[in-house]
Amino acid sequence: METVIQTEHLVKKYGKARGITDVSLTVNAGEIYGFMGPNGAGKSTTIRSLLGLIQITGGTAQIFGKDCTREKADILKKIGYMPSETVFYKGMKVKDVIALSAKLRGKDCRKQADILCERLRLDVDRKVEQLSLGNRKKVGIVCAMQHEPELCIFDEPTSGLDPLIQKVFFDLILERNKEGATFFLSSHVLSEVKKYCTRAAIIREGKVIAEDSVENLIAGSARKVTVSGIADLPEKLQKRVKKVTKDGEQIHFLYQGEPKMLLDILHTQPLTDLLIEEPDMEEIFLHYYQ
Amino acid sequence: MTIYVHEWKQNQKSLWIWTIAVAAMILICMMLYPQMKEQADSVSEMFSQMGGFSSAFGMDQVNFGDALGFFAIECGNVLALGGVMFSALLGIGMLGKEENLHTAEFLLTHPISRRRVLAQKLAAMYTLLVVFYAINFVVTTASFLGVGEEIPWKELEMVYAANLLLAFEVSSICYAVSAFLRTASAGMGIGIGILLYFFNLYGNIAKDAEWVKYVTPFSYADASKIIADGALDTKLLWLGLVYLVVGIAIAFFRYIRKDIA
Repeated sequence: METVIQTEHLVKKYGKARGITDVSLTVNAGEIYGFMGPNGAGKSTTIRSLLGLIQITGGTAQIFGKDCTREKADILKKIGYMPSETVFYKGMKVKDVIALSAKLRGKDCRKQADILCERLRLDVDRKVEQLSLGNRKKVGIVCAMQHEPELCIFDEPTSGLDPLIQKVFFDLILERNKEGATFFLSSHVLSEVKKYCTRAAIIREGKVIAEDSVENLIAGSARKVTVSGIADLPEKLQKRVKKVTKDGEQIHFLYQGEPKMLLDILHTQPLTDLLIEEPDMEEIFLHYYQ
Repeated sequence: MTIYVHEWKQNQKSLWIWTIAVAAMILICMMLYPQMKEQADSVSEMFSQMGGFSSAFGMDQVNFGDALGFFAIECGNVLALGGVMFSALLGIGMLGKEENLHTAEFLLTHPISRRRVLAQKLAAMYTLLVVFYAINFVVTTASFLGVGEEIPWKELEMVYAANLLLAFEVSSICYAVSAFLRTASAGMGIGIGILLYFFNLYGNIAKDAEWVKYVTPFSYADASKIIADGALDTKLLWLGLVYLVVGIAIAFFRYIRKDIA
């Protein structure tokens, strides 16, 4: 499978400040790839390194097999990018910003831009300073997708978008993905990653701590368990559980380990009910963060 | 050419405000000439008693009763200061605004190299300055006709050529300064312009401060000096050109490597 983005031990330091310390990830062609982490973990720094906005301190970063620093202009021809803070030149109308973006790419994207504006319900005659965050995001989406790039990098794309437009946005992603485009989504919204992404990476304090298919990330993490009929968890189990909460007769906890061991321990208990569930993304996230 | 055209459009309002303001001041000053001409003797006598103040503004070098001398004293400073303010604001803002207003992330993630961004912004900046001085030149010549005087083409061409280089130099220095800063403000540009202007005033007053003329571009663009000498100081013009080129080189060197946060 063709690799679209590859970073190896990517490092960016801002003087003494951390930036990112070890980011290794691989994004393959045709993937919708999720990039998760809390504020300040290094998501935007990683993206800025990939786009050549900042000079990397160590490691390597390649997109389409080209070096992100030296061959930046070639790479950017095939990329559409939407930053988390979408800001445009004051005094310009939406249609002028979209046209400027197309001109900077040397392409006539009017047909595709019209389609995107219509689907996103974007008023192109308004001035950009009159737009809400959500509408600015829409302009960002049009600018990032109107030239039908092979790779789209979106940094926190859905913040500010209402649920209806979020759906339109993901429909657009899925349609373009079917046509072969690759997507790299930095997101806080774990349900989005679970729903739309094929693979994902989790970044913590500047370091990628997990990268796998979303399925495996879920499988490799703790199970969500609910038991009834006992007052306290057996001592043998207490070392392997996290986030224990009591709710009436029920005890909820996250279990990390072999399922057989959990069943062997619980088998000896006078349980009246037992529920073992796949963890939701929030819990996966917490698992990798603790 | 996309960025060149974009910058040209973005700076239209600023161009016309500064052009109209400076042109209007030149016109108003020149309209006062016929009245001042009649009082030339008493005004010249007054200037002669003002000592260092007269030297600071070049009033001891030209004849106030003569239209060209009057233009040099009254309009020369307006043109130089107005031009420098406009060029300093353009220079500091061309790159600075992209980071101040967070548009750099939009611009620099398009497939255009930073070298091209820098070159096109620089070309747009110089074009705006050429238009500013061209319009003011036309207004100046018209004002001479308006007060019934012959147009001193050679002297005006020299004054405007020197002022254009002054503006190019100051804008290029500010361009270089902004390449280092994350938040380059308009105040900083104006500060640089005023500092260079006061260096020139100081150099005009303190006769032992010869070094000042090698620092400030106002020394070669001083209308009174140019008109009194009947020539440009080519040595200082070349030095100004060197500062200009160094400023551009520094801006390119720094901005190409700059982290856009």
